[in-house]
Amino acid sequence: MFKAVKQVHFRHLSGLIRRFQSTLVVAEHDNDKLTPITLNAITAAKKLGGEVTCLVAGTNCAKVAEELTKVQGVKKVLVAQHDAYKGLLPEELTPLVLASQQQFKFTHICAGASAFGKNLLPRIAAKLDVAPVSDIIEVKSPDTFVRTVYAGNALSTVKCNESVKVFTVRGTSFEAAPLEGGSAAKEEAPPSAAVGVSQWLEQNLSKSDRPELTSAKVVVSGGRGLKSGENFKLLYDLADKMNAAVGASRAAVDAGFVPNDLQVGQTGKIVAPELYIAVGISGAIQHLAGMKDSKTIVAINKDPEAPIFQVADYGLVADLFKAVPEMTALLSK
Amino acid sequence: MAARVLVGVKRVIDYAVKVRVKPDNTGVVTDGVKHSMNPFCEIAVEEAVKLKEKQLVKEVVAVSCGPQQVQETIRTALAMGADRGIHVEVSGKDYDALGPLQVSKIMAALAKKEEANLIILGKQAIDDDCNQTGQMTAALLDWPQGTFASEVVLEGDKLKVVREVDGGLETVKLDMPAVVTADLRLNTPRYATLPNIMKAKKKKISVVKPGDLGVDVASRLEVLRVEEPPQRKAGVKVETVEDLVSKLKEGGRI
Repeated sequence: MFKAVKQVHFRHLSGLIRRFQSTLVVAEHDNDKLTPITLNAITAAKKLGGEVTCLVAGTNCAKVAEELTKVQGVKKVLVAQHDAYKGLLPEELTPLVLASQQQFKFTHICAGASAFGKNLLPRIAAKLDVAPVSDIIEVKSPDTFVRTVYAGNALSTVKCNESVKVFTVRGTSFEAAPLEGGSAAKEEAPPSAAVGVSQWLEQNLSKSDRPELTSAKVVVSGGRGLKSGENFKLLYDLADKMNAAVGASRAAVDAGFVPNDLQVGQTGKIVAPELYIAVGISGAIQHLAGMKDSKTIVAINKDPEAPIFQVADYGLVADLFKAVPEMTALLSK
Repeated sequence: MAARVLVGVKRVIDYAVKVRVKPDNTGVVTDGVKHSMNPFCEIAVEEAVKLKEKQLVKEVVAVSCGPQQVQETIRTALAMGADRGIHVEVSGKDYDALGPLQVSKIMAALAKKEEANLIILGKQAIDDDCNQTGQMTAALLDWPQGTFASEVVLEGDKLKVVREVDGGLETVKLDMPAVVTADLRLNTPRYATLPNIMKAKKKKISVVKPGDLGVDVASRLEVLRVEEPPQRKAGVKVETVEDLVSKLKEGGRI
């Protein structure tokens, strides 16, 4: 009988704990727009079952903060506007997050697993003396997460027994939270002094009219088989017909055909579009890690033995220099 | 002139090996599987050695944490041009649970002990894919961090780092001492030549324990289960571009 009482007590207690979950999502933005992966991170945060707070830091936050107050599921938006946050340097943002943590005692702190999130979150975790969890693809419970290891060749379920769970979220594994229907309160974040050990100098972003790679519905990717940077024009033409983003394998990036920010793979971007068209890509483990969760995979390759055909839903063994223009022409009709 | 660079090197399953999950779902099979230096660590070593060759750095110290076998990885770094090695001995259960938090504590303690003013690591290990250790080491030391570096320029007591970010590249300037993590395009690592491999055998590797550095390696992360990812169903080969386009149209993909 005593045991039964104890169990009831425990259930009650864990219910309480669950109710008091509170998650801080560090918002990523460019002073003008929220980066879409933040919305995926908010969905992951909502799965924890508690209150979701977003922190917007930057030199110009008004617009993004306003946008965030309307995102469904966000309870509170903390705003920290200061010149010290130029370039969103982790040296400056970490004390800010720690000050927020000190005040609100979040049980979870997360961000999207983008270059921004990967740069910042481990620094915060070390300061809290907790082990972070990277790039989660599933929330099993408030302390149990699933993530991939070995370039996506194994799934690891980890239980995090830390007092504060710090993690980054794989954007393609969670739906984006709706941009409307929310009514969060805005509040100023607790101040933190400028650190001044690092300085943001400049950014050279690749300009493109095409959709952003990680959120595009269709991705057309090229590999070493394209043979030159000029030949990538074939893929751009095809991509334009399908409103697709263009990606690349590491081989194409290393050969200098395209800039590195187009790289899809374990060490580049992870994408999971509805349609992924791999052109002249052999399908190395490293590349598959970045795209094998795509809904439909198409491979165009002249080598019938290429490993990419083992994951492709539709494979076409053909010379890409003939097949791609033909496909572009067909889609123009 | 930077006095001393610490380079972290990790021994991992070779990048070309297709890993197998253990039938009991406790991890992946590592026994009898080819291991080598994590590719990102090779790039880190190369960068440190290059800085030394440019006479911007006096000494390059290669560090690895793990069982006896990691000494081979340290030897590789020595053959590439590192001056000496430190093997932080962790084995058995402790090694299975060794994660970025523990390694960053070890690196931070060594940085202080060795009076290093630059730490270069790879941006991530290709086994755990964490991408955490460099950032955490920087945090523990309160040093600035230049992660995902594709270019590193030492300018007196400052470090200019070009970083690979999502939309392109970004340049930051860091006060020294600092932590840098290497991206793939930072450099092309050299092959160790046979004479250099022979020479590396004479270089010193000192062995320490985490306890000697005041680091507790206990972990509060528990791996409950490791499993195979869902396999994709085999697809079909189409004969012509027309077939392909019509199949995609049928499926509603275009």
